[in-house]
Amino acid sequence: MTTTELERPIDPKLRRQSSLRLSGPILLLGVAALLLLLSVVRALTGVDSLTSSGTVNAALGLAVPIGMAGLGGLWAERAGVVNIGLEGMMILGTWFGGWAGYQWGPWVGLVAAVIGGALGGLIHAVATVSFGVDHIVSGVAINLLGAGATRYLSALAFEGVEGGGPTQSPRVANLPSFTVPGLSGVLGSVEDQRIVVVSDLAGIARGLVTNVSALTLIAVALVIGSFWVLWRTAFGLRLRSCGENPVAAESLGVNVYRYKYAAVVASGAFAGLGGAFLAIVAASLYREGQTGGRGYIGLAAMIFGNWRPGGLAAGAGLFGYTDALQLRGGNAVHALLLLVVVLLVGVTVWNLLQRRPVAAATGLVAAALLLWWFLATDAVPNQFTFFAPHLTTLLVLSLAAQRLRMPAADGQPYRRGQDR
Amino acid sequence: MELHGITKRFPGVIANHDVDIAVHRGTVHAIVGENGAGKSTLMKILYGMQRPDEGTISVDGRSVSFASPADAIAAGVGMVHQHFMLADNFTVLENVVLGSEPTTGGRLDFSAARRRIAEISDSYGLNVDPYRRVEQLGVGDRQRVEILKVLYRGARILILDEPTAVLVPQEVDELFANLRELKAEGLTVLFISHKLDEVLKVADEITVIRRGTTVATVDPGTVTAPALAELMVGSELPAPELRDSTVTDQPMLAVEGLTVRGPEGRALVDDVSFTIHAGEILGVAGVEGNGQAELVEAIMGIRPLERGRVSLDGEDVSHWSTRRRREAGVGYVPEDRQRHGLLLDAPLWENRVLGHQTRPPNVRGPWIDRAAARSDTRRIVEEYDVRTPGIEVAASALSGGNQQKLIVGREMSGEPRVLIAAHPTRGVDVGAQAAIWEQLRVARAEGLAVLLVSADLEELIGMSDTLRVVLRGRLVAEVDPRHVTPEQLGSAMTGAASDTGTATTTRADAVTAP
Amino acid sequence: MSGIGARLGGLTRRGGSRSPASGQRLLFGLAAPALAILFAAALTSLVLAAAGDSPLAAFRAMVEFGADPASIVNILNKATTYYLSALAVAIGFKMNLFNIGVDGQYRLAAMLAAAVGGAVNLPGPLHVALVVVVAMLVGAAWAGIAGLLKVTRGVSEVISTIMLNFIATGVVAFLLSTDRLAVSIQGSNNIGTRPIPESGRIPGLALVPGTGGKVFGFIVIAALAGVAYSVLLNRTRFGFDLRTTGMSESAAVASGVNVKRMIVAAMLLSGAVAGLVGMPQLLGASYSYGLDFPAGLGFTGIAIALLGRNHPVGIAIGALLFSFLDVSSLILDFEDVPPEIVIIMQGVIVLSVVIAYELVRRYGLVQQQRRVGEQLAAEEPDSAGPGPAAPSDEVRA
Repeated sequence: MTTTELERPIDPKLRRQSSLRLSGPILLLGVAALLLLLSVVRALTGVDSLTSSGTVNAALGLAVPIGMAGLGGLWAERAGVVNIGLEGMMILGTWFGGWAGYQWGPWVGLVAAVIGGALGGLIHAVATVSFGVDHIVSGVAINLLGAGATRYLSALAFEGVEGGGPTQSPRVANLPSFTVPGLSGVLGSVEDQRIVVVSDLAGIARGLVTNVSALTLIAVALVIGSFWVLWRTAFGLRLRSCGENPVAAESLGVNVYRYKYAAVVASGAFAGLGGAFLAIVAASLYREGQTGGRGYIGLAAMIFGNWRPGGLAAGAGLFGYTDALQLRGGNAVHALLLLVVVLLVGVTVWNLLQRRPVAAATGLVAAALLLWWFLATDAVPNQFTFFAPHLTTLLVLSLAAQRLRMPAADGQPYRRGQDR
Repeated sequence: MELHGITKRFPGVIANHDVDIAVHRGTVHAIVGENGAGKSTLMKILYGMQRPDEGTISVDGRSVSFASPADAIAAGVGMVHQHFMLADNFTVLENVVLGSEPTTGGRLDFSAARRRIAEISDSYGLNVDPYRRVEQLGVGDRQRVEILKVLYRGARILILDEPTAVLVPQEVDELFANLRELKAEGLTVLFISHKLDEVLKVADEITVIRRGTTVATVDPGTVTAPALAELMVGSELPAPELRDSTVTDQPMLAVEGLTVRGPEGRALVDDVSFTIHAGEILGVAGVEGNGQAELVEAIMGIRPLERGRVSLDGEDVSHWSTRRRREAGVGYVPEDRQRHGLLLDAPLWENRVLGHQTRPPNVRGPWIDRAAARSDTRRIVEEYDVRTPGIEVAASALSGGNQQKLIVGREMSGEPRVLIAAHPTRGVDVGAQAAIWEQLRVARAEGLAVLLVSADLEELIGMSDTLRVVLRGRLVAEVDPRHVTPEQLGSAMTGAASDTGTATTTRADAVTAP
Repeated sequence: MSGIGARLGGLTRRGGSRSPASGQRLLFGLAAPALAILFAAALTSLVLAAAGDSPLAAFRAMVEFGADPASIVNILNKATTYYLSALAVAIGFKMNLFNIGVDGQYRLAAMLAAAVGGAVNLPGPLHVALVVVVAMLVGAAWAGIAGLLKVTRGVSEVISTIMLNFIATGVVAFLLSTDRLAVSIQGSNNIGTRPIPESGRIPGLALVPGTGGKVFGFIVIAALAGVAYSVLLNRTRFGFDLRTTGMSESAAVASGVNVKRMIVAAMLLSGAVAGLVGMPQLLGASYSYGLDFPAGLGFTGIAIALLGRNHPVGIAIGALLFSFLDVSSLILDFEDVPPEIVIIMQGVIVLSVVIAYELVRRYGLVQQQRRVGEQLAAEEPDSAGPGPAAPSDEVRA
């Protein structure tokens, strides 16, 4: 790498990041504004499910597998390995979770799922790190392999077992879940008052303290723990150095291969954990196609989160929320249209202030079209709500992709003893 | 430190054979040799990045074997790489401690690291803020970070690989001052270079490498630069120089008020104007990263202009695509030949088509004319002395010098009127260097307008009819190449000229404001 | 994902070169997939053995069943579809683009084309042409979204095409309702688009003796598409620009290629070919897009493009292999072996073949350097030093 390259990033837009760095107070202010907006929209449309404890609770649950897949993506990509195989590793997680879970209980199922996912990660590491195979190619192959292997294994292991079949496992006992006693009831009564903002906040808070699975708590701990490990320890610094400049890391005696292996195997383990949540907590059994592309959405959440744990948690929360509303039916997503209209108007104003007339006009047209859609219909067809999270992903990335900064050597093949 | 009988083979080549060097404690020992003589491979062996096939290395009389850089570090050997090995997105502190982090209970102890860095920084006069991110640092600072990295690991032997390649003469002097300080502390420095005057200035002992092996060890007090050159390449070094002026008064390439902005809105190229006439070579001098690359890309149509105008033989081409400009007769030798000038995995004849894929003999209508492209590639290989066994081998199999000769040959084949050459002789051997200089002379004699961007001050002074200095995107000075010295040019490049203007202008108005 | 086009395009691409080493290269090119298939067969055998089944019996049953004339017809028909899908993916690969969205593109395209075909009544060839053109346009448009998002908004096509697959699923489900484009199909719970009348169908070809089954007439168009692909990439300026961009985007820019335009063009082209994927089935067998229209062919296409190294002949062989495995695995049910074992085998083939290609590529590069070094050293013993010495440093870049 010559010095001029150092000073001349290929995509100059990637340099923007400094202006993106949000300070704590601004972040809190933004969250508060969003909550306020949400409660106003809730009050206007009368769709209580927008902020009901049920929705929030469901969103939290749906965010966990996405967040775990995203965390898997974070570990791998921080070490410089793109992991599109998260979906396949997650599938392995669901299958092993169901298979071990129905026989030996949910905790064993959880461990098996983690091991199953890690196994997928190991294959990815062998292909990409040891053999220098293109990361996307290997990931796609692992997704095919994960789907195929579990179908074969299901036919072998679940057919003829009571409650099982060629595409699903017998029932798995659930993991324990927790409710903060007292608080939940109090919040519930406040929520029922339907007071703007207050009831909304109560509903959201209640959703977060009621019936929370042990695995959700573990997941939250893992996100925080990942931040600590990756940004506060020597291990994390070395791991991240493999994603930024592996040649430099190697020249300082860091065993790049070892760290990449560790990261990618951990990545698979996180995806497997996400799979375990789907099989054990969300559905209480393994079912074919259970992941429904959540591995990909997890990856999108991580990109949305700018390769940071906090950001990916926010992304997972957003996608979990749209997913939860989707399950509540067309009515709730319909109300969400209004929210998007308001946000788009906000973006338009921002663009006007920044003197970007074209962007502003585009935003305004989009807002007008959505508003028209909102006013002209009563519900969004459920075939559309099905892809709400995916469309959100696409829109968010279209707006944000250029401001994101991925690890400098992410996705590039690395071989020991080579320059650049 | 002692090396004995080091031999290293790569497929098809022997990079080093029978290398013997003895380095004494507390000295600066220089290793000189031209590009491709095997210096880099030797350095990698010394630092454990590659293992020798034969031979022994000993440090302080003990025989050592480095399987990885970690082993070399443990033995007290540190390396300052020519291409900085820094993670741009990390802070200075993170870059320095990486691999030998102080920890307390698994946690990286940032404050201990900061104290240690400040300590070393102070005692060797290396002034770097540990919390800045490397991407915000300039070239000189980055090099100090590299040295800091090595010292932080307690190295007693420092290897510096072509450390002056990116520095202007003034910065070189600073570096040499740092080296003397290190020497005074009892450290040993191994200094790799191909710049003979610098080596003579700083070294206590000089070992010459030629074609992969050590040919002599000499005392800088008793040897002269020409004698050293003789040892290094077996003949005199080729000198960059122009013969009679061929400059006409026909403006061929004119740039007016050219401004290019970066993503943050900073002007990378700021209101630049110049005219190159047919038969003229205009050199642009400047510390790297001062907008030369952006200027070249703007002229080629690769980078959008914020303001200004580029005209070719009187015709405004500002809104033309890169392809149209090339078709109109602009030849382009890019600064990074591997990334911008070649398809490394493709055969030579496809590389001949590259950049000329709309023009005969390469195409007929919408079709690629493979036979004609092949035969024309053979012509280029012949005429420009590209050493290759054939035109079907991949470009990656050629040496840097031969790759560059192919590129120059290709760009001279499209009936060009203008040639944009960015760092045309960087990293090539002396043979190729001489050949490329000759091609620039031929181009000039044929009436081309040549824009020459380079970091090699000798090359700029020797090969330019007119010489301009770029600083922070602006052309700050016009220099007469017949009278300027590299030191004066270096001052102008760092902006020191305007402060000490009198010193430089005394000499026949060598440096004047534009 | 640097240089994947180059890394995947490598050896077979230069099959036409006349250097003495071309024979050796061809051998390498074939050795890698052969080894990968053997490895996959071995691994699959282990899995079968571990499950208590006899691998030999299973493979023998598959070969016997696969050699049956009726099976051969099925294999050719399936391979036609796979071939087109892989071709669509390969166009992207050649330019370093991952069109993972072939799946969504062909389903949306087939559905809309079927609806148009069922709604009109035109003279034969015109009717067929209309359906095919509509399919290609829809496929191109859907892929074009990803292309535009990439060049205008910097969204990686990997993510956007994946998301567009899900969105296509939703849109198809929305449109495929009796309120909109579908009608109930008599005698089943299935619904589908209005059947395309006789004039819009492509008759089958009785290519295989010994069976009444007919091969899709679309196989001819698929073969022509392969030829067109080869000519376009290797013989035209456009193809040169496309391959150049795939090998090195930075070099392409410097050479005057408008990379953004190329990205959009390649995505449109890839999507247009993806639009063809559903046509053999639609015009040769089902004549209607129903709930049971085959899905997931886009992902098979990725696997086959990798297996065939983006080479039109390689892809054909890969398509036949995958289709053989799919068709012949049906017999395994009678052997009490879950037929899904072939999906594992296919997955292992893909993964091991890319590893094998990578190893062969490295080996080939080292061989070439050695040859160049030796030849130059032999030619002029004097200049061995500066001549070939550098590549060892530089090539590794």
